[in-house]
Amino acid sequence: MIIKTNINGVNKTFDIEPHEYLLNVLRKNGYLSVKRGCDTGACGVCTVLVDGEPTLSCSFLAARADGKNILTIEGLQEQAKEVGSYLIAEGVDQCGYCSPGLILTVIAMKTQLKNPTEESIRHYLSGNLCRCTGYVGQLRAIKKYMGVE
Amino acid sequence: MITFGDYVRPKSIEEAYEIFKLKKNATLIGGGCYIRMGNRRIGLAIDLCDAGLNYINEDEDIIEIGAMTTLRQLETSEILYENFGPIIADSVKHIIGVQLRNIATIGATVFSKYGFSDPITALLALDADVVFHNSGRISLEEYLKEEGKRRDILEKIILHKKFDKGAFQSMRNSQVDYAILNAAVSKKDGKYRIAVGARPRTATLAYKAMDYINDTEINEETAMRAGEIASEELVFGSNTRGSAEYRKELCKVLVKRAIMEVEA
Repeated sequence: MIIKTNINGVNKTFDIEPHEYLLNVLRKNGYLSVKRGCDTGACGVCTVLVDGEPTLSCSFLAARADGKNILTIEGLQEQAKEVGSYLIAEGVDQCGYCSPGLILTVIAMKTQLKNPTEESIRHYLSGNLCRCTGYVGQLRAIKKYMGVE
Repeated sequence: MITFGDYVRPKSIEEAYEIFKLKKNATLIGGGCYIRMGNRRIGLAIDLCDAGLNYINEDEDIIEIGAMTTLRQLETSEILYENFGPIIADSVKHIIGVQLRNIATIGATVFSKYGFSDPITALLALDADVVFHNSGRISLEEYLKEEGKRRDILEKIILHKKFDKGAFQSMRNSQVDYAILNAAVSKKDGKYRIAVGARPRTATLAYKAMDYINDTEINEETAMRAGEIASEELVFGSNTRGSAEYRKELCKVLVKRAIMEVEA
């Protein structure tokens, strides 16, 4: 089936299988920042923004991307660089495999949390797993980015 | 993996039902995140995402939640918070992460009667009704007691207003894991309603505990006694997350905590 979608500001048309999930379609078409992690909907590594909402691309039917605006890290380079600079400053970029999914979720979180607190940040990011950092340094960096003391 | 022989996206529930009743090999797609964990071929997938079932509406007496409303929408709904307190948001906030809750739908959860479900327990405590497109309205409690699933489309969930408050409690091995046990308590017109889920069977009401607590003064001791009665009257099972014995012990304290949270 044919879907028409907008990815990172560019209109795209893809011929997909109706049972394909968005992660497969994106990676097959060169959006390699979108990583495959657990592939069971648990780790957050494959997160993209669908109409601004953080969404697991491994669990989102590609057919539903028809008519939607998709953002991957390639489409948010300036904001991603800013979040990344906070992570690097705390030395928590580490292997980087989970960074695209984490950074996209952090960017969405900044637009959605009105008065962020450490607790609300931890809650919002509980779906982003990282096997390197232990989260403490990440939290330190993200709190600074979010302006939380 | 799953494969679809064919895929349709009806524009209304009427259209969806017409297709569903004619095609025996048809499967309804709600969120689409849990179904992919299996290994099966689906002859016809009927995706409900365009069928107009994503809403939370209220009038004077009731709140209607469309079956395709996402768990994240329940979590952030001001209407639900204003009417019931944190019970519904608390019952979905531990489910994986924001990214999954933006996909998973309440209709699929309720329709499937998942034993591990947290929101079913909260909705049961709130005495919800469920409305099927063809077979009509039935209480969630009755639906959960039915064998199997209906050959019908779940359209919406109805909640009655004027609850004083509700509370949801759970115990997990880790933050975003399924609950080992969960409990929800609501209060309306001075009467408590107690539901316990993830036993690991589907949620059920604790009638003897309700009779006890509704006929006594509320304090730490009586709340604990209600938990003990619930733990005696309900059936618990064992799985990889916990033993029946452990669940029985948890039941006492989760029911107590939920009662005290409502009372606070």
